[in-house]
Amino acid sequence: MTAHDPSSHSLQLTSSGQLKHFLTLDGLERALLTDILDTADSFIEVGERTIKKVPLLRGKTVVNLFFESSTRTRSTFELAAKRLSADVLNLDISTSATSKGESLSDTLLNLEAMASDMFVVRHSQSGAPHFIAESVTPGVAIINAGDGRHAHPTQAMLDMLTIRQHKGGFEGLKVAIVGDILHSRVARSQIRALNALGAEEVRVIAPGTLLPRDVESLGCTVEYDMIRGMRDLDVVIMLRLQKERMEGALLPSEREFYRLYGLSQDKLALARPDCLVMHPGPINRGVEIESAVADGPQSVILNQVTNGIAVRMAVMSMAMSGQVSERTQAVGEQG
Amino acid sequence: MTALLNMDQLLDQLEAGLRELMARRGIESPALVGIRTGGVWIADALKKRLGLDEPFGELDISFYRDDFSRIGLNPRVKPSHLPFETEGRDIVLVDDVIMSGRTIRAAMNEIFDYGRPASIILATLIDLGNRELPIQPDVVAQTLTLKETQRVKLRGPDPLRIEMRETE
Repeated sequence: MTAHDPSSHSLQLTSSGQLKHFLTLDGLERALLTDILDTADSFIEVGERTIKKVPLLRGKTVVNLFFESSTRTRSTFELAAKRLSADVLNLDISTSATSKGESLSDTLLNLEAMASDMFVVRHSQSGAPHFIAESVTPGVAIINAGDGRHAHPTQAMLDMLTIRQHKGGFEGLKVAIVGDILHSRVARSQIRALNALGAEEVRVIAPGTLLPRDVESLGCTVEYDMIRGMRDLDVVIMLRLQKERMEGALLPSEREFYRLYGLSQDKLALARPDCLVMHPGPINRGVEIESAVADGPQSVILNQVTNGIAVRMAVMSMAMSGQVSERTQAVGEQG
Repeated sequence: MTALLNMDQLLDQLEAGLRELMARRGIESPALVGIRTGGVWIADALKKRLGLDEPFGELDISFYRDDFSRIGLNPRVKPSHLPFETEGRDIVLVDDVIMSGRTIRAAMNEIFDYGRPASIILATLIDLGNRELPIQPDVVAQTLTLKETQRVKLRGPDPLRIEMRETE
C-alpha cells in the first residue's frame, strides 16, 4: 500500500463525488475541502449552544477503533459523534482482542455484527483504514484517524479551519511546517490540504535527517535553516518531536534540536507580526516550542482543539450522508 | 411564471394578524426567528414593520431534518444564528410557506436546544395545506390550494415576490 494509492479516490467518493469514507486528502478537490470547512463552521455554532447536540446521527453506532493509543484525537472524535447524537463504542484494540490472537478481519466482522454504521480507525500501519474500507460491509463509513506515516486528514482539516478563521482564506499565504516531517502523517496531510486550498507557499523546515526522501514531490519547498525559513511567514506549524518513533540517532540531542528548530520568541519575531502559531499537540514545552510562545497571543493551539470537534462532526455527517445517498441510489437502480 | 400575489398586501395581512394576536396575548417585545432562506426575508420585513430594535434570529434546520437517512445532509448548510437568549422569551417563528409541517417541527426542536422559550407563535406568508403533522400556523397571510402540477416559490430578497409555475 503506497501513500498515494490512486484507488483511494474512487474508494472514498460516491459516483456523484460525495464523501462516503474519509481516508486521505489525496485526490480530493478544493471544492470538497471547502464544503468540509463550511459544514464545520455550522457545527462550531452548535458547540456554542446550551444544548450542544443535533439529531443527525441519532440511532447510528460509531465505533472508535484505536489500534494505537491517543487521547486528544479519540476524545474529540467521541465528543463529535455524541454531539451528532450517535451511540459511541470506544475500542482500544492494542489492549484487546488482537492480543488474544484475533485477526483484524475477525474483529471487524464481530463489530459489523453489532450493526455499526461507522468505524473511526487509528492504526500504526499506513493503509490500514484503506484496507478496512475495501473489505467492510456496504453502508459502513470509515474515517481515518491517523495511519502510520501516511495520513491524518481530520487533523489537517481542523488546521485548515483554524487558518481560514484567522486569515480569511488561503490566497497568498506562506505557511511553514517545522520539525519531524519524516515521521509525521500530519505534515503529509497538511501539505496536501494547503496545496489543494491554494496557499502560495508551503515550506518545510527541518534537519535533513528528519525529512523524507523526495520531500519536494509532496508539494513544498525545503529550508534547513530555521532563521532563514521564518521570513515572511503567515503561519508556522510546529510538529511534535516523535520521541517514541525515533529509531537510531537522527538527532544529536533534544537541547541541540531546540536551539536549531525550537520555536522561541526570538525566532517567531522573524516572521510576519501577525504570524499564527499552531501545533497539533501534544506539545513538548522546551523541546519544540517555548512556553511563552505556546501560551502567547499569536498561538491558536487551543482553537485547534475546539475546531477539531467541529471538523470531525462535519466529516462524520458528510461520510454518513454519502453512504445514505449511495444506498438510496442502489435501491433506485433495483427499481 | 406569474406573480399573482401582491407582496405588500400579503405582508400587511401578516403584520395585522401578528399585531392582533400579540395584543391579545400581551406580548410587547417578541423575538423574531426566520427559517432560511425565505423565512429570513419575511422576518426582516416584519422586524421593520413592527418597529423592533432587536436583531432577528436565523435558523438553518438542515441538522434537524427528519429525512437524513433517506437523502443525507444538505451540502449548503449554513450556521444558525440566534443573537438573543431564547430562554423565557416569546418567539415569533417565521417562514414563507407551510405545507407538510416538517420544517416547523425541525425548527421548534432546534429552538429548544438554545433554551426553553415562554411561547412560540408561528407566522407564515402562505399556507398550502397538505399537512402531514398536527402543526398549524397562528397567523397566515394567504391560503392557497395548488393543482398537483403547480409550485410556488418566494424570490428575494429585493424585491420580494412570489412566483408560481407549472411543472411537467
